[in-house]
Amino acid sequence: MSDTENTPPKKGFLAKHAMIERSATLLMVLSLVVVSIGGIVEIAPLFYLENTIEEVDGMRPYTPLELTGREIYVREGCYVCHSQMIRPMRDEVDRYGHYSLAAESMYDHPHQWGSKRTGPDVARVGGRYSDTWHVDHLMDPQSVVPESIMPKYAFLASTVIDGKYIEDLVKTHRVVGVPYSDEMVENARADFKAQADPDSDYDGLIERYGVTAIISNFDGRPELTEMDALIAYLQMLGTLVDFSTFTPDASR
Amino acid sequence: MSDPKDNKPVDDVTGVETTGHTWDGIEELNNPLPRWWLWCFYLTIIWGIGYVIAYPAWPMISKATPGLLGYSTRGEVARDIDTFREASAANDAALATSDLATLSQNEDLYRYAVSSGAAVFRNNCSQCHGSGAAGAKGYPNLLDDDWLWGGNHEQIAYTVRHGIRNDADDDAHYSEMPAFGEILEEGDIPVLVEYVRGLAGEEHDATLAASGEELYIDNCSACHGENGMGDRDQGAPNLTDAIWLYGGDRDSLTETITYSRFGVMPPWSPRLSEAQIQAVATYVHQLGGGEVDPAN
Repeated sequence: MSDTENTPPKKGFLAKHAMIERSATLLMVLSLVVVSIGGIVEIAPLFYLENTIEEVDGMRPYTPLELTGREIYVREGCYVCHSQMIRPMRDEVDRYGHYSLAAESMYDHPHQWGSKRTGPDVARVGGRYSDTWHVDHLMDPQSVVPESIMPKYAFLASTVIDGKYIEDLVKTHRVVGVPYSDEMVENARADFKAQADPDSDYDGLIERYGVTAIISNFDGRPELTEMDALIAYLQMLGTLVDFSTFTPDASR
Repeated sequence: MSDPKDNKPVDDVTGVETTGHTWDGIEELNNPLPRWWLWCFYLTIIWGIGYVIAYPAWPMISKATPGLLGYSTRGEVARDIDTFREASAANDAALATSDLATLSQNEDLYRYAVSSGAAVFRNNCSQCHGSGAAGAKGYPNLLDDDWLWGGNHEQIAYTVRHGIRNDADDDAHYSEMPAFGEILEEGDIPVLVEYVRGLAGEEHDATLAASGEELYIDNCSACHGENGMGDRDQGAPNLTDAIWLYGGDRDSLTETITYSRFGVMPPWSPRLSEAQIQAVATYVHQLGGGEVDPAN
């Protein structure tokens, strides 16, 4: 390919533009600069604007068992069919509860907002159903909701977990900014086991994570299974923020 | 269209100016953009300028520019919710304080309670009790007249408000059947299964069942009653009606007696308003199984 320019613009602004067009490297560098400006203008203010970083009471790092349940939620791709984002619209608020706040996913790495609702939103599913319902529903969704097309997750109940790597998992989340204290990391495995056992000594767990940490034998089985972890996570969803002390900033 | 002053070459065949670029002798015509397209493009620019003035847009030091129209998503949803709350405020206020036993005399309010109760039911109750309220294994059917904790308006509303066997509400209905697998002798449970099937009038082994009467009286009658009619104060099911919450076949009954069951219902007073609770109680009551309210 030959590029023979008969009459290139000889002076003015367009002459300089011809220079960019003729150098692939320069074109790429300058394109990057232009695109970055767009990105910076859109993204950077979110880090300093006060009204996007709304402070709320009650948010805490997830307990080790909830965190494990969250990993299972991600692994099984629950986000493909369930969103965790109640949009600020009347019908959503009526159906699911208070619209989601940015702060509610501040400890999510990665967030599970999702964009597809084959099933309902689960941002505030915590406390809405009994543990037994969750077990029945995950074992065989059609047994309680005949019209559901959700697949069965019965294998979760037979997959025993021992929290071998839970300390590492908690540490990893600390690296990306979740404020787990040293104490939380040290006791991760003990807390992991205590939460699913109402007969255990769980005072330390409550002290570290607060009363919103639910202690229960979630799956009703003696062993600690993935079912326990997932239900612990689901029963916590949307229950952390204390809405009695929350005043929405209307200018958002 | 071509300006003679800029000295751009002109294609001989079409008479259109070219860009001046030549690739292997091929030249590119420099036709102008269609006018309609160009004007739409200018309009979008003007629209964009108008938009950032009218709506929240530019990030400043502590917040974004609010825009002349003062629009906010949160403000809008709050207004929207208020509009509908106001529209039903009178009905809700009346419903929250009315005596459900006599509600059906007020035709308009009763109709409001049933239809808004139906919406509450589908959103909150249907996942366990079924969208048609027929229940599922372990989740009671609300269409029949078999009630565990009572089926008049007040009793239904109480159950909705406080739930069953939960830790979240101190006033929740609470009872717990012992796991008889740890109490009875081996071989007793199959006998009891036959006896209970006999009570319900199901096909059973009459000889085994006859030998189970004493076991039943000793272990079960305190809650389920000597005749098996149950006791609503304790949520003990009626065993004579052949309506089974966890199944009436031998395997299910054996499991029920051996390990017991522990059905839980969450309390709904933290989530639903008083009017919504009254509405859903009215809805459930009129589904078919509602019982007569006691006279005051």
